[in-house]
Amino acid sequence: MSAGEATTRTRRPGLGTGRLFGSELLLVFGRRRNQVGLATLLGLVVLIGVALKVSAMRRPPSRGGDLVTAVAGNGIYLGFAGLTIEIALFLPLAVSVLAGDAIAGEANLGTLRYLLIAPVSRLRLLAIKAGALAVGAVIGALVVAAGGVLTGAALFGAGPLVSLSGTQLSVADGLWRLTLAALYVAAGLAALGMIGLFVSTLTEQPIAATVATAMVGTLLWILDAVPQLDWLHPWLLVDRWPAFVDLLREPVFLDRIGIGLMVDAAYAAVFFTLAWLRLRRKDVTS
Amino acid sequence: MSSAAPELAIGSDGLSKRFGRQQVVDGLALAVPVGSVYGFIGPNGSGKTTTIRMLLGLVRPDAGTCTLLGQPMPRGAGSVLPQVGALVEGPAFHPYLSGTANLRRLDAADPTSDASTASSRIAAALDRVGLSAAAGKRYRAYSLGMRQRLGIAAALLHPRDLLVLDEPTNGLDPQGTREVRHLVAELAADGATVFVSSHLLAEVEQLCSHVGVMMTGRLVAQGPLAELQALTARRFRLQTPDPPAAMSILEQIGVTDPMIGAGEVTGTLGELPPESVVAALVAGEVAVQAFTPVTATLEDAFVELTGEGFDVSG
Repeated sequence: MSAGEATTRTRRPGLGTGRLFGSELLLVFGRRRNQVGLATLLGLVVLIGVALKVSAMRRPPSRGGDLVTAVAGNGIYLGFAGLTIEIALFLPLAVSVLAGDAIAGEANLGTLRYLLIAPVSRLRLLAIKAGALAVGAVIGALVVAAGGVLTGAALFGAGPLVSLSGTQLSVADGLWRLTLAALYVAAGLAALGMIGLFVSTLTEQPIAATVATAMVGTLLWILDAVPQLDWLHPWLLVDRWPAFVDLLREPVFLDRIGIGLMVDAAYAAVFFTLAWLRLRRKDVTS
Repeated sequence: MSSAAPELAIGSDGLSKRFGRQQVVDGLALAVPVGSVYGFIGPNGSGKTTTIRMLLGLVRPDAGTCTLLGQPMPRGAGSVLPQVGALVEGPAFHPYLSGTANLRRLDAADPTSDASTASSRIAAALDRVGLSAAAGKRYRAYSLGMRQRLGIAAALLHPRDLLVLDEPTNGLDPQGTREVRHLVAELAADGATVFVSSHLLAEVEQLCSHVGVMMTGRLVAQGPLAELQALTARRFRLQTPDPPAAMSILEQIGVTDPMIGAGEVTGTLGELPPESVVAALVAGEVAVQAFTPVTATLEDAFVELTGEGFDVSG
């Protein structure tokens, strides 16, 4: 090893970022705590399925009603029902845990300084963390949806669905629409993740960032439920999250979903920018 | 990189940083020559680590500029930091990843790293710090000394032009300390510039060719080690069966402060060559059992420079 060789290494465009992104995913999904969190999301759907099965055995299901009651007639609906139930608290909480860790976790361990002098530029680091959060959101939503379908099919059987408009949808069509629903939910969760990413640049305590992000998510739901604030509702990130059920209409009703995606994108852009402005000039003293 | 090699591996001018009401670093003008082993010494809390953080672009200076390997920081970070290996304020790794996995992550973070050589480079770095046996263990199971070694291994993932090592022997046992000292010498022999901060003066004295002395955020002295040691008066110790006779002769030849001890006399040489002192004593028929010039230690130099002991500065 001689110093003369040291000067000849050059940047490998693209490759480096791909490698670090892979390393980041390995770090996030290899971590025991996050695996347990994912298992919890899955376990909740299974639990709901079992609870519905038990109640269906005690009392025959009534016809019609909401998605949850529809599960008793067709297990595939448990995928949608799972998203409906976990969208309010559990999925946002899971994303908050990942987001809180993003920058604050590295700062807390001191690994942030070693990444920066590796060197990872601060913008590249933020982009990689944001990308990993988005992947986390997608995996979380897909696990809930897939877990719901598998549990539902096992407990109640699967068959063609009846759309909210009354027409029949094939199993394949139903699963395709469920996948889209999960991705739509993931987009909203990823936007919440960007709020968390910003909060994560403000502190060196990952728990504090996680709690703050989860509180923001909950606060948005509460504001969205107050009728006196209806003028504010269209601007709230979570307002159109439940719109994924529009995918069960025939033909698919896209107005609310389209606006919902735009709101998600706007939140994501604003908070990613804020995170960048914050991290760009931050003195890393951890 | 340009062919015009920079003369200074690290240079700074007026580098200053304030945290809240405390001026942590104040007008620093570092000059670390290429190829030197530069000891950056000062008591705990004198601003060494903050300086290192500014050099590496982690902390933004309030005022002043600094360059690494001729490139301005923090602007040149992307191109110059791959040439720099650093240990800053102790090691920091993911506790639930193994030593190898941690190094793999840091290697992935360096955009100049070649993924295809990563495994062999990581194994070589671990081997170099004696961690091969513990490579697969989780970091959380590492002892303090092993963690320190892993931190040094991270700095050695590539051949580097400059190594910045903040308290590299912290937490190491005597064997580990000796190994690190050996490693630093080896790296320097390979042509790398080594910038090593320490609060252990004896360590710096053994390792370094150049020294910079920090005191409450200011660089109070800087230069080749020998020059710094020469700043302090040279003393001698004379062993003789007849100290009073030696005293009178020493006073005659101009030794200003001879002092009698048990069977010995000590004093300050000043400008006197040691051999002339011995010649005078022998000519005066004083029996000389032993005559030892005492080189000032860095600690003496430090006390002389700062007028203070080597304590934590507030």
